[in-house]
Amino acid sequence: MNLFADAIAWIFAPERLEGSVSLPLAIGQHLAYTFVSVVVAALVAVPLGWAIGHTGRGREVAVAVSGAARAVPSFGLLVLLVLIFGVLHKPEAAVVSFVLLAIPSILAGAYSGFEAIDRRVIDAGRAMGMTEWQILWRIEVPLGLPLLIGGLRSATLQVVATVTIAAYINLGGVGYFIIQGVPLRDFTQILGGALVVVALALVLDGLFAVLQHLVVPRGVSAGRTPDVRATPTRRRAVVEPATE
Amino acid sequence: MIEFRSVTKRFPDGTVAVDDFSLVIPARKTTVLVGSSGSGKTTLLRMINRMVDPTSGEILIDDESVHDRDPVKLRRSIGYVMQNGGLLPHLTVIDNVATVPVLTGVPRQRAREQALELLDTVGLDRSLAKRYPSQLSGGQQQRVGVARGLAADPNILLMDEPFGAVDPIVRAELQQETIRLQQELDKTVVFVTHDIDEAFLLGDQVVILEKGAQIAQIGSPSEITEAPASEFVASFIGTERGTRALHAKRTGAGTVLVDAAGRTQGVLVEGDA
Repeated sequence: MNLFADAIAWIFAPERLEGSVSLPLAIGQHLAYTFVSVVVAALVAVPLGWAIGHTGRGREVAVAVSGAARAVPSFGLLVLLVLIFGVLHKPEAAVVSFVLLAIPSILAGAYSGFEAIDRRVIDAGRAMGMTEWQILWRIEVPLGLPLLIGGLRSATLQVVATVTIAAYINLGGVGYFIIQGVPLRDFTQILGGALVVVALALVLDGLFAVLQHLVVPRGVSAGRTPDVRATPTRRRAVVEPATE
Repeated sequence: MIEFRSVTKRFPDGTVAVDDFSLVIPARKTTVLVGSSGSGKTTLLRMINRMVDPTSGEILIDDESVHDRDPVKLRRSIGYVMQNGGLLPHLTVIDNVATVPVLTGVPRQRAREQALELLDTVGLDRSLAKRYPSQLSGGQQQRVGVARGLAADPNILLMDEPFGAVDPIVRAELQQETIRLQQELDKTVVFVTHDIDEAFLLGDQVVILEKGAQIAQIGSPSEITEAPASEFVASFIGTERGTRALHAKRTGAGTVLVDAAGRTQGVLVEGDA
């Protein structure tokens, strides 16, 4: 336990605010890489996932490719991309490898969100005279949002943990302390850095949990109360209080 | 008036759901398509608003082929009520009813006012307007579905087994409401069901279908009961052994009618009804 106490003391030591790499700066870099990577991945994966979910085409390909992508080791990919892009483009190489890491979860969230929608609801929308775009924006996107946010949530967690390796190619982030600490055998510093990464992950996860709760369409969360069609009498369903 | 002219529908997997079907559906009447599952009745209904396109033949509404109409505009001009209401779970009752008017460009506020009036029409309390579909009973959901089908004030209302998922008491109530609405609103209603009693109750014209949408008999409920066209029709409507097979029994107080199970169903009253 002493090691943990030392690590926590290391995090809050006044020296963390000084020097060429202060802890707040490292956290800022870490979050910036995470944010940019997830946003870029979302810009690619969300429209693609929606297209797959709406048309029902290309699902097998998407599952196979994103499954294979999950198996790619990020560290190896990062080093490979630095070699390909050249040392002058290290940030781009890093972002690309994080984007590739984030895409599978977001893609799966986007299309599985659409697939989870009751087909009769979409059929009803079409039968009422909605265009395909109206079905997309008025039915599929709102009803698919909770699973999409779930996909973004797990992608963000994976990326925020993996951005640690950016320090290996001198791009900073909280991983700097860990990677610098290894050759120094400075376990306090390594553990301190790791704890900061863990804290970032927990905070982001908490934010997403709140967001996920907020985007569940109200009528859908109301539906999680016992299924009223299964209740035997009409009256009981009528007096049931409006639930969130 | 809706007219089917030698309509055939063959699905990609080779099933022939509808085989050379022709029918005239008169305006401002209720026509019920009745048949067991696999009789193609739902496919016929969905061809009217182009949810399904026929493989061959044509369908005309007021002598204009639906094939020449834009599917989206066509569907907005035809009311559609499906089983379980098919309501959008993330919209309130009022917004569900107002969906089609909003799609056609009616300002949201006005569409909602009209939707409130439609709730009155279908016998729903206005206090339910802000509820979500999942907070309603099956019967209430179905009424919302009917209100939504009527929202754009269509001339044609298609009803696809709308009361299949509600309990018998609520179903009877909804059937009476449908009769009342039809008397008030004077729409051309095409109703699909597998329940012959429902068909006879609601239909001005009843079309009994066999496999592949072959017409077994067309007529008013009385015409069909009085002269079943075939063995199939007779057994389907139950004039051989079912509830419609009645025989007269003389008692001290007069003649009563008894069904096949021996239960007395009514009293025979002499003279015209």
